[in-house]
Order: sequence, then structure tokens, then C-alpha cells
Amino acid sequence: MSTLLGSKVRPARRRAFRPAHDALAVCGRNLIAFYRVPRLLVFSTIQPLVFVFLFRYVFGGVAALAIPGIPYVDFLMPGVFVQVAVFGAMNTAVGLASDLQSGMLERFASLPMARSAVLAGRTLADLTRNVFVVALMVTVGFAVGFRTHLGVASFLAAMLLVLMFGFAMSWIFAVVGLAVGDPETAQAAAFPVMAPLVFASSAFIPVRTMPGWLQAFASHQPVSATASAVRALVLGGPTRTDLLHCLAWLVGIVIVFAPLGAWRYRHAMSGS
Amino acid sequence: MGDPAIIVEGLTKRFGDVVALDDVSFEASVGSVFGLLGPNGAGKTTAIRILTTILRPDAGSATILGRDVVHEAPHVRQQIGLAGQYAAVDVNLTGRENLRLIGRLAQLSRAEFRQRADELLERFDLASAAKRPVRTYSGGMRRRLDVAAALVAHPPVLFLDEPTTGLDLQSRNELWDMIRELVADGTTVLLTTQYLEEADRLTHRIAVIDKGKVIANDTPAALKSALGSTVIEFGMDNSVTASRAEHVLAELPARVERDGTSIRLTSNDGTRLLIGAMHLLDGQQLSPIAVEVREPSLDDVFLLLTGRHAEGDQSGTAPSPTADTG
Repeated sequence: MSTLLGSKVRPARRRAFRPAHDALAVCGRNLIAFYRVPRLLVFSTIQPLVFVFLFRYVFGGVAALAIPGIPYVDFLMPGVFVQVAVFGAMNTAVGLASDLQSGMLERFASLPMARSAVLAGRTLADLTRNVFVVALMVTVGFAVGFRTHLGVASFLAAMLLVLMFGFAMSWIFAVVGLAVGDPETAQAAAFPVMAPLVFASSAFIPVRTMPGWLQAFASHQPVSATASAVRALVLGGPTRTDLLHCLAWLVGIVIVFAPLGAWRYRHAMSGS
Repeated sequence: MGDPAIIVEGLTKRFGDVVALDDVSFEASVGSVFGLLGPNGAGKTTAIRILTTILRPDAGSATILGRDVVHEAPHVRQQIGLAGQYAAVDVNLTGRENLRLIGRLAQLSRAEFRQRADELLERFDLASAAKRPVRTYSGGMRRRLDVAAALVAHPPVLFLDEPTTGLDLQSRNELWDMIRELVADGTTVLLTTQYLEEADRLTHRIAVIDKGKVIANDTPAALKSALGSTVIEFGMDNSVTASRAEHVLAELPARVERDGTSIRLTSNDGTRLLIGAMHLLDGQQLSPIAVEVREPSLDDVFLLLTGRHAEGDQSGTAPSPTADTG
């Protein structure tokens, strides 16, 4: 009983908040990778920075023509915030796929931990990272001339909405990552999910400038809905419809994709 | 035989059309080492994945210390440790962080898992590398950390999936000693291996599996006495001389088999057999072009049990040494 290597029959520990305890443990482990492998963080910040400069200074002059009344940078930045949150959520696919490939998920499956902790820990870690990325983009936004038209509380609510949207998107990418099973393919597979949502949206350009067939998609999809809600909170104007539209997407995505993710997780563990 | 720690009954698992496990049954007693011996793809890892609750069987059942691996999986998980080719450590975490994470998830208290991580790092000679990310570790160091991770929660039943594959001789011997120490203390160990020598040195009982089926289940001593302790192989220059040599050697007190141009003799008295064989061959002016005297390998076990060679890529008598500077 006393030896270093030997076995000890332990009483089963009852932990009141085990799912939360385990999810935080896995989340912490995922966060360590972010500061130890800086490329993971750099990748998701360089790209949005390029977009900010591209749209603010290269296309900005043309884009401004489509948006009379407010500076284009004020229209642009809410869209960029939503974009970076979606980019950040793509990491959920890559992270889960590499854990699947490396055998880390098998290790977790043999431990007396909450089954939910793998997915919850992953999406929470990517949410936490998005907090930093969005904060960075807010700083960049103010530096390039972006100004909020309403109060601080309204702006913070908008950023909260952005982060919640990123969290919801994480569940979509969780399904993608578990379905493909290796990080390179996950990166490639996440792109066609992300691209139409981010680019065929009102994130950078008003939907009314697009051809009619594209407008039908672009006006109703979740990135546009979130961008509109965030703009309403940041720039003013009627918020109620946009906000409800956005929240409906958030809840709908999580309700559909969280169980799908759990199902893919069980499937991934029983395959191969 | 003591009380059974692991009872496996009629375990069957299919992946599509492939039958990975076909009606597998065996028992391992408490405080013993049970070996699953077989070539790559025989179903050893599938068996471990089912016994460690990662995978559900299609049919059959298994219990660990009386708990069913499917219906009482949460209980089983509190009694087991897993190390091996598929159970990873996180390369971005340090050695210490890896062990602490496992301890946390094994529901140890903060004080417990911190102390336990340091103890194991010390014991597995990783204390000086404790603060380095695992991606900087050598293969041998990773393997040691992997085994340490399996021991964090003091599990009474330990699963080691090909624990010594890819280890150099010294690391292998150290790991063997550690396994013996664990077992002396009452731990039950189930290990898979492709090496007959490892199964012979370490295990109390061996199940040989092939294409998902148990084709032998015995003590290493019994398996070896059926097999003979020494294998002598003569290579002849063509099948005519090989056939003649087979005929001549048949009178020796050994099992004689011919496979193309090579003739294999198996016996428990290798030295006398070699002298006798050379004498007989010389008397007939038969000169072998190659002679090999060795311990029986997994391949020999398969030839004896199935009449064909082991499938899979390795069948050596010992792990092949690889570079390990750790």
C-alpha cells in the first residue's frame, strides 16, 4: 500500500461539480498549448489584421460609397469582430482532430472523468482565446479610427454577442474536426464551412450591393445576422429584430451541433 | 491461480467486414502478468481498448475486478491505468503538467496529484526534464512518461499496449523491472507484445492471438516446452538437397519441418541436436549453405500453432534496439 509504484484501492471520489471540474482541467490544458505554440495564436490574429488594413485602407474608399451616412471604418469593424470570432472557432476543428490523431482522446476515454469534458474543455479554451483575439482587434479598430456611437455598456454587450457567436460556431467546427480526424484535413475542411459564411455576408459590405441570388443567402445567414446585431448595438438604430435574429441563430446552432458533436465524438471513439 | 482480476468471455468486435476479435475468452488472476501475444493486426489493441472502456464490444462481456466494462464503465475507469502505443501524452505540456492533468482527471485532490506527479517523475528518472515540454523528449522518455501517467492514480489493474516496442535494451530492461515491482506489490498487469521473449520473461500466462482468435492459452513454460527451447535452421542450396536433408534429419529426436530450401529443427537440447544434425548431413555429403541457431520466435509459435508464418511485419525474439538518448 505504501510503495511508490504499487496499487491502492481508492474509494470512489464524489465530486459535486465533476463535469465543470473536468471541463476546466481540459480547458486549462488546451490553453497551455496557445502560449507554448505561439503560431496557433499568431495564425488567427495576422489574418484579421490583414483584413482590417485591406478593407480600411485599400477597398475602404470604394466601400464607403455604398455606405452613406457613417464612416466606413465604423461599419467595417463590427464585421471584423464577427469574422475573427469565426476564425478563432475554426481552431476547435483543428484541436479536436489533432487530439483524435495523437491518441489523447483515447487516454481521456480511459479516465474516470466526465465524458462531456473533452468537447466542453475544447470549446471553452477556444472561447477564452477568442476573448484575447477580439480584445486585440478592438484595440486595432480604435487605432485605425473606429468609434462606437453608443455607450460602453452597449459596446460590451456587442462584444459579448461576438464571443457567444464564436462559441456557437465552435460546435459546428467540433463536428468537422471529429469527422475528419487529422489536423491538416480539419483545417482544409473548416475553410469551406467558414468562407461562404464570412465572405457572403454583411461583415464587410452591405448585402444590398450583392446580386439578388446571393442576397437571399447573405441576408439570412448567421454571420450577417450577428454582424447586424453587433452594428445595431455599436452604431445605434433599431436593435430588437437584429438581436432576436442573432440570438435565434446562436441557440439554434448550439441545440443542433452540440448533440451532433457528442455523437461524432462517440463515433470517433468507436471507429478505426 | 488467485482470484481473477480480468475475466473476458466471448468478446467479439467487428469493424465493417473485418473481424478484429472473434469470440475471445481468457482470465487473468490478481497480482499476475497476463500477456497477449500476437503479430500486428491480430486484435491485441482492440482487446485493450475494450477492456479499458474506450470501445464497446459487439458481443461477449468482460469484467475488471468484478465490474462490467460496458455497464459499469465509470467504476472500471477508477481501477485501471493505460499506457501504450495509442494512449498519448500531450507534447505541448511539460512532463509534470501531463501527470498533473491525468491526476486531476482521475479525480485526485490537488495536493495528491501534485505530490504524485513529482514522485513519479523522480521514479521514472524524468525529474530533470519535468519542466520541459514533452515535444523535446526522446522516444524512451516519452514512453516512460506514458507509463508513469498510467500509474498516477495507483490503479490495481494496469494495461500496457506494446510497452517496449521501439525501446532500446536498457530502457526495456528497466521497464521490465518496474513491471515486476508493480506485480510484486499486487498490481495485475495485462500487456500485449509481439515478442515471445518478453512474454516468456515477464508473464505468468500467455494468450496467443491470431486474426482475432485465441489460438493458445497457457503458461510460458508449457508453451515453450511444446515449442522446444532452441531452433536450428539449415539453409540448403536447392529444394532437392533440402528434401534429402529433411529425410536424413528425420531420425533426430526433434521436430523437423521443411519450408522451401530451409529446414527447421526444434528441440530442448540444442547443442546435442546441432552435433547430431551436422554428423548426419556430413555422412550424406550434404553441406548446408547457412546455419542458424536461435531461440524460438513469435513466428515459430505461429508455425507450431497454425502451420503458417505470423502475419505482420515483425516476429523477432526481442525488441529491436533503436536510438534512445534519454
